[in-house]
Amino acid sequence: MCSNIVEIGSIAGCGRGPDGWFDLKQAIVSFDHPVHADAEHAINIDFVNHDKGIGARVAVELTAESARELIKVLEAALARGEAEHLTMGSTAQVAR
Amino acid sequence: MPYTTDQYEGMLSETITMPGNKGDTIHAYMAKPLGSGPFPGVVLISHAPGWDEFFKETARRFAHHGYIAVAPDIWCRTGHGTVDDVVAKARAAGGLPDDQVVGDAAGAAKYVKSLPTSNGKVGVMGTCSGGRHTFLAATRTKGVFDAAINCWGGNVVQPADRLTPAQPVSPVDYTKDLSCPLLGLFGNEDANPPPAQVNQLEAALKQHNKNYEFHRYDGAGHGFFYYDRPMFRQEAAADGWKKVWDFFGKYLAK
Repeated sequence: MCSNIVEIGSIAGCGRGPDGWFDLKQAIVSFDHPVHADAEHAINIDFVNHDKGIGARVAVELTAESARELIKVLEAALARGEAEHLTMGSTAQVAR
Repeated sequence: MPYTTDQYEGMLSETITMPGNKGDTIHAYMAKPLGSGPFPGVVLISHAPGWDEFFKETARRFAHHGYIAVAPDIWCRTGHGTVDDVVAKARAAGGLPDDQVVGDAAGAAKYVKSLPTSNGKVGVMGTCSGGRHTFLAATRTKGVFDAAINCWGGNVVQPADRLTPAQPVSPVDYTKDLSCPLLGLFGNEDANPPPAQVNQLEAALKQHNKNYEFHRYDGAGHGFFYYDRPMFRQEAAADGWKKVWDFFGKYLAK
C-alpha cells in the first residue's frame, strides 16, 4: 500500500468470485497502484468477505473517469428505481 | 566483476523460512550464488503490489551479480493466497505496521549474515512502499545494514493526514538516526513522492550531515524499473540499475 488512501464501507449483497457466488461484507476502495490495469494509480474496489477466506474477493480496477461514471450510473439507477417505488432487499434480507 | 563466457555460473533460489519481527517464522524468497563466497547480501523489501514475481526476479538478478538476496514475505501474517488477494486483505486491515516490517527486514539481514557464504555486509533496497520501508529499516536499526537504496518511496515525507495506527510517524522524522549510506532514485514526474517531497527529504539528510546520493530522472515517474508496466522508462531504468550496482559495490564488497 503506497498511497494510504483507503475507504472502507460495510455492504450487503452477493458477489461472484472464482468459486461462485458468496455473501459480501465490505467494499474496500483505494486510490493506489493497480495490480493489473495499465495505470500508475487506479480506483481499486475489492468486494470482500474475509470470513469466507482470503480469496473471497471480487476486484475491479478503474480509471478515475470510469469511477466517476460508475458513481453516476449507480446514482441514476437508484434514483429511477426509488422514484418508481421499486423495492430492494434490505441489508438483513440480502445478507444470509 | 562481469561474468566471462567461460566462467561457471549457478545459483540457488528457493522459498525459505526465517525469523522475522519478534522471532515470528515467516517466508522469504532467497537467491544466492553457488560457491563458497564470501558474498555480500541484500534484503529486498517488496513494493505495494506485493511479494510478487518482480521481486523474485530481482532477487535472482542480485544473485547473478554475486549477492545473497533475501526478500521476506512481509505479508506472511496476513494469510496465504494469490499475491493480490493477500495484499487486498492487508489493505483492508489498515496496511502493514511499520515496526513489523522493520523487524522483518532486520531478521532477514541477520539470516543472511548467519550464512557461511556471507561476507558480513548487508544492504537493504525497496521500491515504492518498499522504498519507504527501506528508509525506515535504515533509520530504525543500528549496525544491521551497511547501505540502503530507496527507489521512489512514497510517503517518506508523510503528511499528518496520512499517518495511521500502522504508520504513526513520518519516516523523515527519523533522518537523524540514518545508520548507513543512502542512495535514492526518483522520477521527476512522480506524484508520490513528488519532487517537492524529495527535496524535503534531501534537506533533512543535509541538515543531519548524512552520507547520501540522490538521482532524479526527467521523463520518468513512479516505478520506472517495472518493465511490464506503462511507467517503465528504459533509459532511467538502465542508468538506475547501474547506480544500484555501483553503490552496493562500493559499500558492500569487501
